[in-house]
Amino acid sequence: MTETNNFSKNRLVNWFKFSSPATFYPVAGKLIPFFWILTALFGAAGLWISFFVAPVDAVQGQAYRIIFIHVPASWMSMFIYLVMAAWAGLGLIFNTRLSAMMAQALAPIGAWMAFLSLWTGAFWGKPMWGAWWVWDARLTSELILLFLYLGFMALQAAIDNPRRADKAGAILALVGVVNVPIIYFSVKWWNTLHQGASVSLTKAPAMAQTMLWGMLLMALCFWMYSIAVGLMRVRTIILEREAHTDWVRQLNEVKN
Amino acid sequence: MWNSPAEFFAMGGYGLYVWSSFGICAAVLLLEPLSIRARKKAIIRRLKQERLAERFDKESS
Repeated sequence: MTETNNFSKNRLVNWFKFSSPATFYPVAGKLIPFFWILTALFGAAGLWISFFVAPVDAVQGQAYRIIFIHVPASWMSMFIYLVMAAWAGLGLIFNTRLSAMMAQALAPIGAWMAFLSLWTGAFWGKPMWGAWWVWDARLTSELILLFLYLGFMALQAAIDNPRRADKAGAILALVGVVNVPIIYFSVKWWNTLHQGASVSLTKAPAMAQTMLWGMLLMALCFWMYSIAVGLMRVRTIILEREAHTDWVRQLNEVKN
Repeated sequence: MWNSPAEFFAMGGYGLYVWSSFGICAAVLLLEPLSIRARKKAIIRRLKQERLAERFDKESS
């Protein structure tokens, strides 16, 4: 018996086992309904607070209710990027196929979140600032984030060899990480038209308790949604990329 | 807080902005899983066809 075998046996959970697509595929399938239920629960509670509990804003009137999707979408667009880059980096280091597939599965949701952040921002900016778009540091860096997602997907789609596509995409994703703190701190570093952070880790939040709760619940809803959709897409990608393997041929959904 | 459904949909005069934001958001979040399901159905159909083709190959040879 070799030493490496002992090493993997002595640990409580062998995480590398889950890096095999054949093991991960059924596990992900079992987790998906659970995350959809959480999405629905958090979404229902969040929307209820957004529209029926949170009071009208003294300055912005009812238009401020866009915050309940604008902020969660913006948070998720940044957070998903970090998770995607982390998976891509893991794939680069350990050369695990699944990590690269995870990164690939997360990119489209992240891109949609960045799009929603910009879209809802435009529909909030128009009545409040009088402009759909301004070349403000916050808005511009968020637009660059959307382009980073699109660039990552385009680069992977353009390279025929999937393993090489994974490597090239991972490098792009890792270099792009520098943009995330720029987005986050842009309202501090530059004098922007975009307002400062509504929620910060160091200060008490600058908003009513009920508004904060609505936003947090919606953020949790978006978070669970991203996991559910990410797992759905990674399962599809696994099938596509492992189509030649025996275990895929033996799956119930393929056999019947 | 809202005295009538009409008042709710008017959103204090900001109805266009609020509902465009929430509407597009809902549309995107609904279409995304549907498109993944279509993609999954396509790959499973392909895998089934390949399986069938292999079986015919074996039977005819």
